Amino acid sequence: MTQEMHQTSETTKLVEVRNLKVHFHQRSAMLGKKITIHAVDDVTLTLKEGEVLGLVGESGSGKSTLARTIVKLHHPTSGQVLYGGQDVFKQNRREAKQFRRHVQMIFQDPYESLNPQANVYSAVLEPLIIHGLAPEGKAPREAKVAELLRTVGLDPASKMDRFPHELSGGERQRVAIARALSLDPDLLIADEPVSMLDVSIRLGILNLMLELKERLKLTYVFITHDLGVARYIATRIAVMYHGKIVEIAEPDELISHPLHHYTNLLLASIPGSELSENTTQSIEYTFNPAQPPAGCRFHPRCHAAKEKCQTTEPTLTEIRKGHFAACHYPVA
Amino acid sequence: MTSRSISPLEESITHTPLLEVKNLSVTYTTQAGPIKAVDNVSFKINRGEVLGLAGESGCGKTTTALSIMRLHGENAKVEGKILFEGNDILQMNDDQLRRFRWKNVSMIPQGSMNSLDPVMTVGNQIIEAIRTHQNTSKHDANEITKRLLSAVAIHPSRAQNYPHEFSGGMKQRAVIAMALALEPHLVIADEPTTALDVVVQKQLLELLKQLREHLKISFLFVTHDLSVIGEIADKVAVMYAGKIAEIGDKDAVLNHPTHPYTEALVNSVPRVFGKRELLNSIPGNPPSGIWPAGCRFNPRCKYTFDLCRRTEPELESSKTGTMAACHLISHPNKST
Repeated sequence: MTQEMHQTSETTKLVEVRNLKVHFHQRSAMLGKKITIHAVDDVTLTLKEGEVLGLVGESGSGKSTLARTIVKLHHPTSGQVLYGGQDVFKQNRREAKQFRRHVQMIFQDPYESLNPQANVYSAVLEPLIIHGLAPEGKAPREAKVAELLRTVGLDPASKMDRFPHELSGGERQRVAIARALSLDPDLLIADEPVSMLDVSIRLGILNLMLELKERLKLTYVFITHDLGVARYIATRIAVMYHGKIVEIAEPDELISHPLHHYTNLLLASIPGSELSENTTQSIEYTFNPAQPPAGCRFHPRCHAAKEKCQTTEPTLTEIRKGHFAACHYPVA
Repeated sequence: MTSRSISPLEESITHTPLLEVKNLSVTYTTQAGPIKAVDNVSFKINRGEVLGLAGESGCGKTTTALSIMRLHGENAKVEGKILFEGNDILQMNDDQLRRFRWKNVSMIPQGSMNSLDPVMTVGNQIIEAIRTHQNTSKHDANEITKRLLSAVAIHPSRAQNYPHEFSGGMKQRAVIAMALALEPHLVIADEPTTALDVVVQKQLLELLKQLREHLKISFLFVTHDLSVIGEIADKVAVMYAGKIAEIGDKDAVLNHPTHPYTEALVNSVPRVFGKRELLNSIPGNPPSGIWPAGCRFNPRCKYTFDLCRRTEPELESSKTGTMAACHLISHPNKST
């Protein structure tokens, strides 16, 4: 992968997330007490056109909630999401429909996200019909679907009439991508799009997404728990820990110079890693999302934690060029 | 837990492998006709050894693992031999089987962190497992449980907690504790780390390594994740479409693969460290149930020549010391 591939001449801000908080209210199972889950807590980030932002973090870190709030599947508790400079939660109906056209989502499980009763042709055509963009007549519609299927590397002749259960996992994910592309979007949000797929299939989808990004000038938010995958596809990686972005940098910078101790722990935990980090101290630690620890949220698991970490929450600061971390005592 | 000393009797049989799977085939009868999920698979596991069984979904790795526990469903036709210390598991009667399971071989099934009973404390579940298989007083079983939980780095006081009070990694460790309860010789672990976050996975692998060291337990470690196998296994068997494509020492198989499928699999994992480069994906999809004629990998293989489409290759010795089922070994000039 060449460096040029990841650089963009465009520097227009496509998405701006400002002080976003998404809290969920639940009743605890045991006592019926009201609890608040701080899924996303004060996240600010900017996504430039042509960027691929890899969102990594363990399950429950809020990466899916953040992405889903950007596409308006969750409502923020406070804060803003700006798309093209406009607050997405203050759109009128027409603007909202435009937004839904320009921003598309790809889900983890292509077995679940496709209607089992719709064949490939109907699945890909459906968004076009909803938005009134489908051409008139059977032949032009088939031509449009065929073009989209070829774009995602599927043979239209043999796949157009198939139903989801007749396709493999990789083929289903390609259909989901074709569906998302049908409306000619600018931004694709992909939530673990390859983690359910077999190893030999994953790379095909990743390479397809890289190729489409160049060809169609797309911007991605790519959620994954796999740092290898994030590094492969992303131009920038944001590491989330319990509702917060704790570190953000370009992939190779992040991997060769992790600044946050959580990123360091993640990197040290990868099989075959030569980094060392004492991982045993956190073995019994369980995070309660209703009661995040005071100060730095990672401090109960952090071997470098000092007094300040227990009381003062660190803010995301540029420590190296283009490399931000929220840590009082960053990794040397 | 103390380390197990080897008795003279055990010493005398150490030359036989702990587990020997010989020409195992498992055929399922389905509406679409018979499906040979496992086809003529053979391997050995020696005492204290960890064999990683790798492959994609539908390649037969879980079916192979389940057969060793005789848990392959009613509609399966099983051929071949599965010898545990020389005794054929497939010939055991119900009584022998009950005594064999858990005591000799235990299993950490796929998705097992969700297999705990939600309305029973974790401690009681382990006590129940011990007392079902072994005549132990409640007090002793309780003591064993505390020791087991400590061994998997769970504080013994947590025995009185219910599963929902545990994190995913803790539940998984509790299931491992349960699998170790009767000090088995062999543990079959089916994707034990797959649902876990990377930090927890690392802790679990460290734990399994320690247990193996201290208790001399052998493992059959089933996973699709080659990096996990690289971390824990001594030997690796790579399965494709119901057959073993390549088997041998971990370093030879993973670092110098002979079979084109192993090679493609190793090269299709995006790495975190090292040089970042564009990787080539394997074309096509893994077959399920209906296997291609000739070499089963031939429709996806970049080295395929006429023989591969006609004749199924047998396992033979490769240059790196592994056994691989590929015609290129005896026709090396075809690879260029």
